[in-house]
Amino acid sequence: MNDLAAAKPRAGVDPHVLRREFPIYRNNPGLVFLDSGASAQKPAMVIDGVAEFYRRDYANVHRGVYQLSQRSTDAFEAARETARAFLNAGDANEIVFVRNTTEAINLVAQSWGPAFMEAGDEIIVSDIEHHSNFVPWQMLAERMGAHLIVAPTRADGGFDLGSFEALLSPRTKMVAVVHVGNVAGAILPVERIVELAHAQGAKVLIDGAQAIPRMPVDVRAIGCDFYAFSGHKAYGPSGIGVLWGRYDLLAAMPPWQTGGGMITQVTAAHTEFQEPPHRFEAGTPDIAGAHGLKLALDFIEGLGREAIREHEEELTGYALDRLSRIPGLSLVPGGQRRLSVVSFNLDGVHPHDVGTVLDQHGVAVRVGHHCAQPLMDKLGIAGTVRASLGVYNDRNDIDRLAAAVEACREMFSR
Amino acid sequence: MMDLRELYQDIILDHGRHPRNFRPIEHPTHTAKGHNPLCGDRVTVYLTLDADRIADVSFEGRGCAISTASSSLMTEIIKGKTLAEARELFAQFHAKVTGGEVHKLSEALEEDAERLEPLTGVKAYPARVKCATLPWHAFEAALKGGASEPVKTE
Repeated sequence: MNDLAAAKPRAGVDPHVLRREFPIYRNNPGLVFLDSGASAQKPAMVIDGVAEFYRRDYANVHRGVYQLSQRSTDAFEAARETARAFLNAGDANEIVFVRNTTEAINLVAQSWGPAFMEAGDEIIVSDIEHHSNFVPWQMLAERMGAHLIVAPTRADGGFDLGSFEALLSPRTKMVAVVHVGNVAGAILPVERIVELAHAQGAKVLIDGAQAIPRMPVDVRAIGCDFYAFSGHKAYGPSGIGVLWGRYDLLAAMPPWQTGGGMITQVTAAHTEFQEPPHRFEAGTPDIAGAHGLKLALDFIEGLGREAIREHEEELTGYALDRLSRIPGLSLVPGGQRRLSVVSFNLDGVHPHDVGTVLDQHGVAVRVGHHCAQPLMDKLGIAGTVRASLGVYNDRNDIDRLAAAVEACREMFSR
Repeated sequence: MMDLRELYQDIILDHGRHPRNFRPIEHPTHTAKGHNPLCGDRVTVYLTLDADRIADVSFEGRGCAISTASSSLMTEIIKGKTLAEARELFAQFHAKVTGGEVHKLSEALEEDAERLEPLTGVKAYPARVKCATLPWHAFEAALKGGASEPVKTE
């Protein structure tokens, strides 16, 4: 492979040192980037590593008998092994490459759903889900004559295990919940959710899009059945993501998309399909993207996920404290355990107007409903201003955010 | 950095906070909903036409300072105008904020166009152009009789 692939192990997260590894900062001096929850910036080792891969090792995978194709295939499968190790999964064949979290969830909803659900069954999601972990289940429920049940979070924004348990029954076939919420950063008690769901015979899918880049994740310790994440929120390229599923479940699921690379034999009358994961990877995959994802996961492991969590936890606390001192600012509650995402509204100022003012101050945040309209409806708001953190953020970024919010408040109160 | 006060001029903040004609019309001859899926903002425009003259116009909904001010100013300006005049004003406003070719207006409309001038500051903020044009698109949709499906800005 190439030299860039080997991540140097190092301890701790020092944003000042790290920023030098993110070219976006060199090319955008003074940038305060607080939108990693939407998509993270990329370190040079990912950007250069993908380019190097195209220069040295690229060919189609699982096809050619020539050496270059074998090298490319080896890199692609090495990425699968890295993803396996990253999730502490038991078998690399449980790692299905997809485009992103959304595609991973759609795969399960459209393949597992019709095969294992029937009319009258129930699917439970929480009320803080991203549309990508909401709409696929809503559509599946409509298609199957099943019911989508929305488990409410508590007033403090934390997951309500009590109401969730009360909603569970033998009719529950699937529980699909987020690991770390994308609006207010609530960390869900996924181990307990799995325990309760499994006691009723339901399967559990976890949307790990926000969790993967910032905390340790061990799918076997969690005990879930499916876990989905995107590369682009984890410092990797866009267009590549992972669905992890328990092998016996994947093996029992029918193909989703069909075509080349996922069959063993095709005749005019009948087609036999490959075993997982290839059964679910029709067509030429994002080969260089998978390699880029491997490099990104190496980058995260190089920093250490405990160290990243500590860094972002500290900074989240600082942001909450700093913002709560601004008069007229109300924070969206994110429960007792929360990480890296802070949402707020400024009294009398629409989030879009706040976003424009912040942008003029060089502060990049996300404004709007964050693909979580059911939650916005519950909170009775059109949207929020959301700041989300990455390894390159520090207290100075939060201070600049707070100063820009103050400036916005002053401008709109004139 | 462009001075934000050129975008958020006093007149815009005033109309944003205290929108004019912010009410439903009980039996409108035309109505349409505008929806900006990007931010979830919604506006409903109501019209009462007397032949081709706009006898009454109003709006309801939630939105940012730009879209609320734009709705408010639009209703003030097009009330009493003919449909042709209102369309002419929108065509020029649209051209100004999207960088299209700006045609000269009939003399009688120049003063009205001037009142829309503060909103043309959105031109420097491409992500916000839709906020300013949303009520006008809803107005056009209402004329087409499209009251069932909300018009979208993208």
